[in-house]
This record gives sequence, structure tokens and C-alpha cells, in this order.
Amino acid sequence: MGNKITVKNLNFFYGKDQALFDISLKIPEREVMAFVGPSGCGKSTFLRVLNRMNDTIPYARIEGEVKIDGKDIYKAKTDVVALRRMVGMVFQKSNPFPKSIFDNVAYGIRINRMHSSKKDLADRVEKALKDAALWDEVKDRLPTSAFGLSGGQQQRLCIARALAVQPEVILMDEPASALDPIATQKIEELVVELKKDYTIVIVTHNMQQAARISDRTAFFMLGKLIEVNPTEKMFTNPDDKLTEDYITGRFG
Amino acid sequence: MTMLTALCAIFAITILVIILAYIAVRGVSAINIEFLIDTPKPVGEGGGIGNAILGSALMTLLATAIGLPIGIGAGVYLAEFGDNWFGNTVRFLSDTLIGVPSIIVGIFVYTIVVLPMSRQSGFAGALSLAIIMIPIVARTTEEMIRLVPKSMREGALALGAPQWRVTWNIVMPAAASGIATGAMLSIARISGETAPLLFTALNSRFYNYFFDQPMASLTVQIYNYATGPFEIEHQMAWAATLILVGLILFINIVVRFLTKKKY
Ligand SMILES: Nc1ncnc2c1ncn2[C@@H]1O[C@H](COP(=O)(O)OP(=O)(O)O)[C@@H](O)[C@H]1O
Ligand SMILES: [Mg+2]
Repeated sequence: MGNKITVKNLNFFYGKDQALFDISLKIPEREVMAFVGPSGCGKSTFLRVLNRMNDTIPYARIEGEVKIDGKDIYKAKTDVVALRRMVGMVFQKSNPFPKSIFDNVAYGIRINRMHSSKKDLADRVEKALKDAALWDEVKDRLPTSAFGLSGGQQQRLCIARALAVQPEVILMDEPASALDPIATQKIEELVVELKKDYTIVIVTHNMQQAARISDRTAFFMLGKLIEVNPTEKMFTNPDDKLTEDYITGRFG
Repeated sequence: MTMLTALCAIFAITILVIILAYIAVRGVSAINIEFLIDTPKPVGEGGGIGNAILGSALMTLLATAIGLPIGIGAGVYLAEFGDNWFGNTVRFLSDTLIGVPSIIVGIFVYTIVVLPMSRQSGFAGALSLAIIMIPIVARTTEEMIRLVPKSMREGALALGAPQWRVTWNIVMPAAASGIATGAMLSIARISGETAPLLFTALNSRFYNYFFDQPMASLTVQIYNYATGPFEIEHQMAWAATLILVGLILFINIVVRFLTKKKY
């Protein structure tokens, strides 16, 4: 399978502070790649490079090359709106809009004018909710507030919302870190299910989680990419001493 | 500590209740249908505040129509794009304007509108009220919009929403009840203003539906009645005060009801 995302010699700065150092990485299509590493090592920053979310930070600066499907997404003529539609994002803390469950999922479809009729819109919302394994739990309460859902349901709603605009890549920043074990397990099962259709990059603090759900793991430390390997190798026979120390819990 | 703050709260509430009760007791006896719909008459012949109620309503309405959109727009600008020297200047001027005694706004409008038109008018009165309203609405709107969590904006941006859509259909609705509360407070505030109307709208003894003519208002009418020499006038001042307080209370309750959180 080909590489969906190719990053070459990426340096990233918050003003004068450099957060990422000379990162080169290939992310294969329809696989799950996990980003692990101690907090503050730049995982979120890197994730937000991939959908240009850092554009909202005026003092942020980037060097190097980030290609998705072979196209440099930092080229001047890049359509950021189209990019963000193709590269969906799920955040650490679930962030539903102050709208109904239906309208949350419909939001991205509406702003991107993807539906042909009211019926089509409803069908798309239903499909997204089904794909996010949430439909059965909410089908009778679509017009009610999204804030009435449990934490785990809210996070799956945010996943449904991201799926509704038919992305190709989904970025997840510690999507289960605020959830209880059962809700976490649901998210994990969902990720494994979704990789059939999507390329997924997931940041996680939880080594077992990375081991359970990812095909490849990238280990970051202090803004540097220390090692990237198939997850199985990473957890049994890592190339780098630092990786081994981190995985076995000697620091971090 | 809890005790002390509780005592302060009780003290504040008590004063408020005493004032309201006093107004009610003094005012209620003079209120009747005639008082509510009549225009003022010479002392001893009855008369009422009908035209003043209408004038206050018209001027508050026009002031709101001018002040609310400008105030909300300015507040949105300050919150979303105002982190620069221009935003800081606007913010500073707004805060200054909020602190300026309202009579000065009256003098200002007198100079730029009344003198050139050589006539006091309902429009000049409404404009003064709008000028008082704008900075209050702008600053509360800004505060409320800043309270909307960054994560909610990012959620929308991540779906491909352009900035203006994020502001318009995520941030503003999320801040709506706060913005409405600010608007309500500013409307309540301007409907109690007297000083800026004295030079601008003046007063009128008649029902007047036209903004280019002097216009009566409850507050100025209360001022006139209260400073008159006769006891019967004082009674009418209390009655008009009761009506004014009642109307402000009513605005508060209505907006509370309208902005009850839907989600
Ligand atoms: N908006 C920001 N402005 C300035 N520095 C930031 C910002 N966000 C993150 N950083 C810094 O960049 C580094 C990497 O942060 P982050 O990417 O959030 O790490 P991680 O997600 O791995 O915990 C940290 O030192 C953090 O303090
Ligand atoms: Mg992070």
C-alpha cells in the first residue's frame, strides 16, 4: 500500500521556540499510526501540522515539506478548507457544538454543501452515526442537545461529525484520555474498524492502547522523532535504547 | 467568611426590597387607567403619562435599533480580530465612554444634532441613548464571545468551516444568551436615563409619533413631576416611577425567558 502522508525535514517553531526538529516520516494509507512520547514532546503540534490547524497561531512557523497524496499542503495555493475536509480531526476533549445531535453531525455536511436534499442530509447523518457506532444509542433523540450525551458518546459524536464530511485521513489527539475504560474500549474498537476505510493517526499516552490498535508506532522525544517501526517490532525489539526505556516505563 | 458575605448579600437584597416596596406603596394609589393613557394636564385636573410611556418606548426602540447591531458588531470584532493596536484603542475608548457621565453624551448630541437642526427631537434623544448603549453592548459581547472555548472553534475549523462561519454559526449562538443578557442590561440602563434626554428630546405635552419633534419620556416626566411644587405632582412622580421600574422588570423577565438555554 502507498504512503498517504509524507513528511520531509520538518521543523516547527512557536515564535523563537522550536517544537519539532527535522522530522521525516511516511504514513501508509489505511493503517493506524500511533504517536507516543512524553508530554510536551510535540505530538499534538505535529498532528496539527497535518491539517494546518496551526495556521490559527499567528506566531507559528514551519519549514520543510508535508505532502498528502503527493501534494504539498503548505504550498501558497493550497485550499485549506478542502484540506481540512479531507483530513478530519478528533480532539482530546470532546467538543460538540451547542446544537442538537443531528445538527452536530450535519454541520460539516451543510457548510461544505455536500447534500442534495433534506433526505440526503438525513441519510448522511445516519450513516456517519452508524459508522461511529453511535446510531443505536441516539436514533430516538436526534433533536436533543448533544450535551445530554455521556462523555464517551460525545466523543463518538465528534468522530461521527468528522466522518460525515467523508475525510480520507482522521487525526485523533488522545481521543480516549478523558474516558472510562468501557468508553475507551469502544473508541479503540471503532478505530480498528475505521482503518478499513481511513488513514488514522492517533496520539496516545497509553502504551497498551498503542500496542492494541496501531499498525505502526512513532516515538517522539523533545521534538525529535526517535524511532518509527511496525508496532509489534517497536514493542518487542525496538531499535533505539530510548524507545525501549520509554516503553518499559523507565521514564516519561 | 461565608457568614460575612451572606450578611452583605442580605443587606444588598434588603435595600433593594425596601426601595421597591417604598416605590410601590407611594406610587400605587395614583395609578389608574386614565393616568396610564392621558397626557399631562394643569395641576389639579388629573392628567397622566400616556405620551411619556409612548415616547420612552419609541426612543428606546430606535436607540436599540441603532445601538444593538453596532454594539454587537463591534464586540464581535474586538473578540475575534481585535488583538491589535486598533482593537486596543477601541477597547480603551469604549471603557472611557462607559465611565463618562451620561449628561455629557447629552451635551455632545445637543451640539452635533440639536443645534444644527435648531430643534430638540426624539431622534436626538434616541441617538444619545444609542451612544450610551453601544460601548456597554460591545464590551459585554466581547466578554461573552471570549468565553466560548477555543476547542469549539477548532472543532468547526477542522471540518473545513471558514472563519466567518465559525463566528456566525458556532461562536455567536454559543454566546447568544450572554450577549442577550448584556443587551437586556443596556436596554434597562438606557430606559432609566434622564440627563441625556433633557437637552435632546426635551419633553412634550402631547402624543408624538414623529422623531423629528420633541418627545416626552417617562424619566423626564418623573423629573418634572418630582421637582414640581405640589403634593399631587409628587404623587404622580411616584406612580410614574413605579411604572418605569415595572417596565424594566418586565424587560428583564421577558429576556430571561427568551434566552432560557435551549442546548
Ligand atoms: N500554542 C502554543 N504556543 C507556544 N508553545 C506551544 C503551543 N502549543 C504547544 N507549545 C509547546 O510546544 C511543545 C510541544 O507541545 P505539544 O505539541 O502540545 O506536545 P504533546 O502533545 O506531545 O504533549 C511544548 O513545549 C509546548 O509547551
Ligand atoms: Mg498533546
